[in-house]
Amino acid sequence: MTERSPHRDDDTQSADNPSATATVAEAEPRSTEPVTGLHEHSRPLSTYLFQRTRVRLISLLALPMTWLVGIYIVSLVLLLVTAFWVVNPFTSRVTPGFTLDNFVSIFTVPAYLSTSLRTLGMALAVTALSILFAVPLGIYMAKLASPMMRNLLAVAITLPLWAGYLVKILAMRLVFTENGFINWALGPLGVESPGFNVWIAIVTLTYLWFPYMALPVFTAIRQIPNSLFDASADMGARSFGTIFRVVIPLIVPAIIAGSVFTFSLSLGDYLAARFTGGATQMIGSIIASNINLNPPVAAAFSMVPIAFVVMYLMVARRTGSLERM
Amino acid sequence: MRGNKLAAASLFAASAVVLSACATDSGELTLDVPDVPMIEELGDFEGELNIVNWSGFVEPAWTDQFTADTGCVVNARVAGTSDEMVTLMRTGEYDLVSASGDAALRLIVGGDVQPLNMELIPNFGDDIAEGMKGQIYDTVNGNPYGVPIGRGANLLQYNEDVTGGEPESWDVVWESDSPYAGKITAYDAPIYIADAAVYLMYHEPELGIENPYALDDTQLAAAVDLLKQQNEIIGEYWADPVAQITSFVGGNTVVGTSWEVLRKFADSPNLKTTLPIEGSTGWFDAWLLSTTSPNTACAYAWMDYTSQPDVNGAIAMNFGMAPANLAFCATSEEAQAHCDEFAAEDEAFFDRIWAWTTPIEQCIDGRTDVTCTSFQDWTNAWLTVKG
Repeated sequence: MTERSPHRDDDTQSADNPSATATVAEAEPRSTEPVTGLHEHSRPLSTYLFQRTRVRLISLLALPMTWLVGIYIVSLVLLLVTAFWVVNPFTSRVTPGFTLDNFVSIFTVPAYLSTSLRTLGMALAVTALSILFAVPLGIYMAKLASPMMRNLLAVAITLPLWAGYLVKILAMRLVFTENGFINWALGPLGVESPGFNVWIAIVTLTYLWFPYMALPVFTAIRQIPNSLFDASADMGARSFGTIFRVVIPLIVPAIIAGSVFTFSLSLGDYLAARFTGGATQMIGSIIASNINLNPPVAAAFSMVPIAFVVMYLMVARRTGSLERM
Repeated sequence: MRGNKLAAASLFAASAVVLSACATDSGELTLDVPDVPMIEELGDFEGELNIVNWSGFVEPAWTDQFTADTGCVVNARVAGTSDEMVTLMRTGEYDLVSASGDAALRLIVGGDVQPLNMELIPNFGDDIAEGMKGQIYDTVNGNPYGVPIGRGANLLQYNEDVTGGEPESWDVVWESDSPYAGKITAYDAPIYIADAAVYLMYHEPELGIENPYALDDTQLAAAVDLLKQQNEIIGEYWADPVAQITSFVGGNTVVGTSWEVLRKFADSPNLKTTLPIEGSTGWFDAWLLSTTSPNTACAYAWMDYTSQPDVNGAIAMNFGMAPANLAFCATSEEAQAHCDEFAAEDEAFFDRIWAWTTPIEQCIDGRTDVTCTSFQDWTNAWLTVKG
């Protein structure tokens, strides 16, 4: 993608970082041109950069590219390389070599396969739950609530983001524990906390990532003109008809944007499962317990969420939502 | 089993002391370990000492005095698990490690740590608990590799309000018909497979398990089956002590593996611990010295210093375990109370505890007709348990 970007400057490829910065790079001198003309000697750096396109481009891209390639990509590649290495069974030392066993084991060991599929299911469930809560909330906040109520809800959604991630997980643990909030508040009504299991882990993950879905959905709904609601009503659509035929199609890009967060963050998590999932094992649990014991297997496993996210993005791309994001 | 183990231990101890040159003559197990030379005499203090340790083993309360005495500045790095310790020691950046038995043998067999010259550690003497001398995890082919620090047992903790009494057997955590199904906790590490093996050793003698750390393929498969059966009734696994404590105190867990010190921290009168009829596993910690350590004089001085009754006792009390140096128990009433609580002087108690040892391919129960499963096999097996 990066290689093609200099030739393609269209703004539709907004996800493509280098092309975006390249556009900025070319836009800048145009705006500074009259200034350099007026004060030719007072801005030597601008003049220098204006005359040398390559230097300009390099100085612009040096920092982001160092980060992207040097730290972000290289570390992942190093990890991938480890996935092909072997562990000496005698000393459990990692030694360079080449084996596909670590990748094969993901598919052949039943426990690994079921853990991968369970994690995928959990991430999808978290995403679905987030959408389910975010859409009605967004419609209420954007179109029905008083400004005061809207601000209050916006704060309520973002406030948990201020608390540490682990704090929120432990808070959920306290809510669902045997002597915890659920049993204390709802116990008299005959409702019992289910104890820690995979469902509670899904609830916890939804709690963790909900703001990332709620905020884009809310913003998108706010941008829908009120006249569309009126038009929908004029043409005989009831509330639900308006939601499904007008609102949802318009906010799909926002939902996709939010789901990229809820989905990929859930895939990589393991502390929620550890503290609120009971005996639930996620991909992250396998990586965490193997990182010291068997780094190659951990490395091979770290490719699983990446594969899932790539597949997810490809599906999202097919729907055409990524272009509209 | 107890007799066997004790005999083996005393044979090792004897051979280590008397026949250090020809220890293999005892007819006991010989392990294939890299030939690392032992230090004959010490040079000047190097001024620095880097230690990988369990949280609470290296504290200013006793390192300050050590630094004042020797000029060795102590840099401590806390590790959370045995596996992390092994990884850290293999970086070669550390001199000493407070290794539990499950890490020790891995380091010895891997050539990462060197045999110790006990003559240079005068405080390692008669007062060191018999059960911590010459054990397989830190004494190989008659050569000592570790200086004992302390030990603790993996006990069965139970909520008496729910159980209404002391469970006699570990069956409450293993069997599908356990009355506490869904409220059971287990230790989350591959070494926990040994706990399954201890249970099988008692209840299924036909499997022929002689040592829970020497399992052939069939025996490991049986242990894994038992663990899978347990997985169905597990409420939570624990690796983090705080999570375990909150789980017991919060009522989500009724029975499960625990340490005496965790029960103490939970500070809840209805929580009790017991050592069931099958016996159990336990962790025996010792200082191990890196093969590549540039600070050997400081390291030997540290091992000697922490073997003193008062320092060893301070570590044991701070961490919550039985001290290795029993002379500490007689130093004060508080010390005696601590020793009693952690069964420090009760060898009969610790005889029923199988000290954590790294499983290796060579069967440490002496069998030569089969290959045993290595720690790598256990690691892989453990991950299939939780599915």
